[in-house]
Amino acid sequence: MNMTNENPLVRFVDIQKSYDGVTLVVKSLNLDVAKGEFLTMLGPSGSGKTTCLMMLAGFEPATHGEIYLNGQGINRVAPHKRGIGMVFQNYALFPHMTVWENLAFPLEVRGMGKDEREAKVKRALEMVRLGAFGDRRPAQLSGGQQQRVAVARSLVFDPDLVLMDEPLGALDKNLREQMQYEIKHIHENLGLTVVYVTHDQSEALTMSNRIAVFDDGIIQQCAPPEVLYEKPENAFCANFIGENNRLRGKVVEEVNGNVKVEVDGSDATVEAVKIKVEGVGARATLSLRPERVVVGPKKGEMANIFPARAEELIYLGDHIRTRFTVCGHDDFIVKIPNSAAHAHLREGETVDIGWNAEDCRALDPSD
Amino acid sequence: MKFLHTFRRCFLPAVAALLFAGAAHAQTKLTIVSWGGAYTASQQKGYHEPYMRANPNIEIVNDDSGSGALAKLRAMQSTGKVTWDLVDMVAGDAIIACDEGIAVEIDHDKVLASAPDGTPASKDFGDLIVNDCYIPTIVYSTTFGYRTDLVKKKPTKIADVFDLKKIPGKRALEKRPNNNLEWALLADGVKPNKVYKMLGTEKGVKRAFKKLDTIKDQVIWWEKGAQTPQLLADGEVVIGSTYNGRLFSVIEEEKQPVAMMWDWQMFDLDGWIVPKGGKNEAEVMKYLYFATDTQRLADQAKYISYGPARKSSAPLVGKHAELGIEMGPHMPTAPANAKHTLLVDFEFWANNQDDLTERFNAWLAR
Amino acid sequence: MSQVLVTADGVPLKTSLARAQRRSKLKAVALVAPLFVFIAVAFFVPIIDMLFRSVENQLVGEVLHRSMPLLQKWDERSGELPEEEVFAALALDFREAKENKSGGRVGRRLNYEKPGFSGLFRKSARGADRMEAPYREAFIALDEKWGDIENWRVIKRESAPYTISYYLAALDMGYADDGGIARNSEDGRIYLKLFWRTLWMSLFITFLCLILAYPISYLLSVLPTAKSNLLIILVLLPFWTSLLVRTTAWIALLQQEGVINDLVVWFGLVDDDNRLAMIHNRTGTIIAMVHILLPFMVLPLYSVMKTIPPSYMRAAKSLGATPFTAFVRVYMPNTVAGIGAGAILVFILAIGYYITPALVGGQSGTLISNFIAFHMQNSLNWGLAAALGAILLGVVLVLYFLYDKIVGIDNMKLG
Repeated sequence: MNMTNENPLVRFVDIQKSYDGVTLVVKSLNLDVAKGEFLTMLGPSGSGKTTCLMMLAGFEPATHGEIYLNGQGINRVAPHKRGIGMVFQNYALFPHMTVWENLAFPLEVRGMGKDEREAKVKRALEMVRLGAFGDRRPAQLSGGQQQRVAVARSLVFDPDLVLMDEPLGALDKNLREQMQYEIKHIHENLGLTVVYVTHDQSEALTMSNRIAVFDDGIIQQCAPPEVLYEKPENAFCANFIGENNRLRGKVVEEVNGNVKVEVDGSDATVEAVKIKVEGVGARATLSLRPERVVVGPKKGEMANIFPARAEELIYLGDHIRTRFTVCGHDDFIVKIPNSAAHAHLREGETVDIGWNAEDCRALDPSD
Repeated sequence: MKFLHTFRRCFLPAVAALLFAGAAHAQTKLTIVSWGGAYTASQQKGYHEPYMRANPNIEIVNDDSGSGALAKLRAMQSTGKVTWDLVDMVAGDAIIACDEGIAVEIDHDKVLASAPDGTPASKDFGDLIVNDCYIPTIVYSTTFGYRTDLVKKKPTKIADVFDLKKIPGKRALEKRPNNNLEWALLADGVKPNKVYKMLGTEKGVKRAFKKLDTIKDQVIWWEKGAQTPQLLADGEVVIGSTYNGRLFSVIEEEKQPVAMMWDWQMFDLDGWIVPKGGKNEAEVMKYLYFATDTQRLADQAKYISYGPARKSSAPLVGKHAELGIEMGPHMPTAPANAKHTLLVDFEFWANNQDDLTERFNAWLAR
Repeated sequence: MSQVLVTADGVPLKTSLARAQRRSKLKAVALVAPLFVFIAVAFFVPIIDMLFRSVENQLVGEVLHRSMPLLQKWDERSGELPEEEVFAALALDFREAKENKSGGRVGRRLNYEKPGFSGLFRKSARGADRMEAPYREAFIALDEKWGDIENWRVIKRESAPYTISYYLAALDMGYADDGGIARNSEDGRIYLKLFWRTLWMSLFITFLCLILAYPISYLLSVLPTAKSNLLIILVLLPFWTSLLVRTTAWIALLQQEGVINDLVVWFGLVDDDNRLAMIHNRTGTIIAMVHILLPFMVLPLYSVMKTIPPSYMRAAKSLGATPFTAFVRVYMPNTVAGIGAGAILVFILAIGYYITPALVGGQSGTLISNFIAFHMQNSLNWGLAAALGAILLGVVLVLYFLYDKIVGIDNMKLG
């Protein structure tokens, strides 16, 4: 899917937002969302992601810049005229209306005829498998059911764009995972454009076509999940998405696209891909996914091989999560597949571990 | 022996004085209920203070709940816990209190002092003793005050109150039938000695209300004595009825542009009843002997312009204690003021109060 | 096969459970007991006492205990006065009544029914000592009212231990000469009018409070806490002002020579001769009562509005509703609980207010409670006051019942 569309559905241009006139919550936002895309805004709380969503929905005015929907500037368009569906964090189902009435509400205010209205509500309820619950009040439904009603309500009037503000935050883990798939299926089946806000990175990875990682009012990286995971462009993204080993150090040598970094607290030199780091002498953070580390590699097989001491082993069924001390860092995590080859490893034992230079990324020194 | 005598004379009283030092001044507390404000102050200065000076063992406590006294007294009686020793009441309420059996009956000649010339109390008070429980202290009148700067012609007779042409503007009347019905008939030309006889008939009541109808929408109805002076001072009414003492202070103390219209002032009484079941009945009777004698009643008039209820007190009324003006001419009983007066017929009102009040309220609500 | 479940030591499970719960039950009862006793003493007993007083009528039969049983044999339709034996017994009753000072009370009781009894009984108690047979002639000689058959009918009727005459009086009715019940003449009808006025004025005041309180409460609920707390203090200010200060302020503001009239005249909106009458009438009562009752509407509304998440309105707008539609269809229905609570609170308080109307209400602004207070404090006709109070209580209960049917009482939320 080509995401840098010529005619994006949503376009943020130079958006800035301040609530108090002193600090910027959103510093400078430029982002396009293509038609049919599932874009997730991911970030810790206070990173500005929800504010962006609210500006798009029309509940907060932008302090600077312009938002375009279908090529039209919508800064001065009232929320109810934007035609954007929205699912709220606590669903915001109207407690004094039945499920059916909740779903019929957007159709009623659009002046839709009774027959068409009923057909649409029925279809929407069936889509979320709640056909029999039309007469209930929201309070009589479980959390997951309420969630589904909220999704159905945001879709019942056929909007092109649906915004979801941490819609699964209130659900327990199992239900949340189940709902992730359901929402994803609805998105695919209806060909919707979804802008989704969450602070849960696994949720973002599961559902999105593209993830915009927010921190400190700025998009740190915007890329498809696999790119974001495999090729984080800075230390924040590497750290925020998935599990990540960090080794800090200083660049000592630069060789055709790779750098050699001397790790702090040891004399070991690690070879890594140069991504976001200055030349020789600069400080860097090395980022390495735990599953890319191999225990007991053959000599010369990998660019980086170091002795490591197993400090802690946690049995997790399919793999054994092991904490090593290596290159002076005692928080180095390795996921060892649960196969006969590694069954002998004990706490306190020292083994060689290794990884390839292309799996290790030299990034900014961050904090 | 001599030693013992000295010992007794000096030592024992000293010990006793030490022992009772705390309680020495107030063995008996008398709670006296009255109307508060200037009126209680006049009683305090005229009666209470001289009595406490003469009897250091008595402490008099003023309770200003006079306006609801009847109901409270009845409630106290029904619970059997009477905390009041003496209550100031208007004659009409005193009749109810006596009928209800919540006031002590009094032999006036035994309990009260005779006049200086030896006239017994019952003769000195005369027919102001309206029943066996009541000891009247003052004669007050309900009469009219008007704004001298807001009326074009001075009102001189009761009919002027009902004459919207002569005296245009709002007038203040009390929100009850008493006095108003009498005035309505008087203004309508009924002879004073026929007023109550007329009010006893349906025709007379109708006639009184018909007369009141002529000014009904120009009347502000007051319920507390302080309202008319305030309404006059604010210019909300041009003429209004109230107790003459209240008008005296508006005119003489506050120097407002207000004057009296004494024509057909209605005489009423205020005085004491002793609640049945009070704890200090004997002390109260001693107090009453002192506080209702000829001199004391005359003294009260130094502080407020109400006439003493004893005939023998009248010649002794002097100057106002603070303003220094002669009080005689300000008394409702002064000859110049009392050309036309009517004494409230207490028996009539005892019989007809409930009925006429209901009629009056129904008339008001119409 | 019903097998009794038993615990490990063989006690039936139910017995064991009951035993385990008994302690906590006792504890709960002990915690509630003080409040229960308080409510019983301070609330139910007075109400029951009031209801009892409105029909209680022992006095006449008790004091005139010799003559009244004899009077029951008298046929009031015969057109004859009662027998001599009734008069003889009455003379004895009066002598006793004079001893224990109870004659005056009976006289006052009967005076409620017919003017004149008060004086008649006082006179008769005084004169009964000197009476000699034949007593009928002696009584009539003392006062000719004793020869009036109508008076005897009243005495006989009110010698019964219970009476409905207070209720009749409270409903502007009374006994006609033939003994039947009839409405009072036009001149004597007052209470029904006042009940009606009290009801509609209370409803109107409630409505005004709602109109005024709704926007304020909304503002309070959306402001940051620091600011809303300050505003709530302002809303509560009337509570902290003494009644006299408030009344004086109202008078200074509203009277014809007052501040508002001065301003209105100064702006030339009305001329000097037509100053507005805003006090000592119905307008005065309404203004003053809305002022004092407003907080009772604001607080429940505020507490309900505070719980409505802003996302409801946002959701409605995102679904395409205009701000007005969103407000009417989504926000308002969610404040019904607060509206209900506030309205019931204000209405019930308004229906019972009497001090404020007495001070600023004039003749057209007084309410039924003023008359209840009047009969409690001034006329001492507690029976009539109780009957008026009981009717008012009944009206409130009926309205409460209707409210429950229409809105549902469990929809009410006080805070």
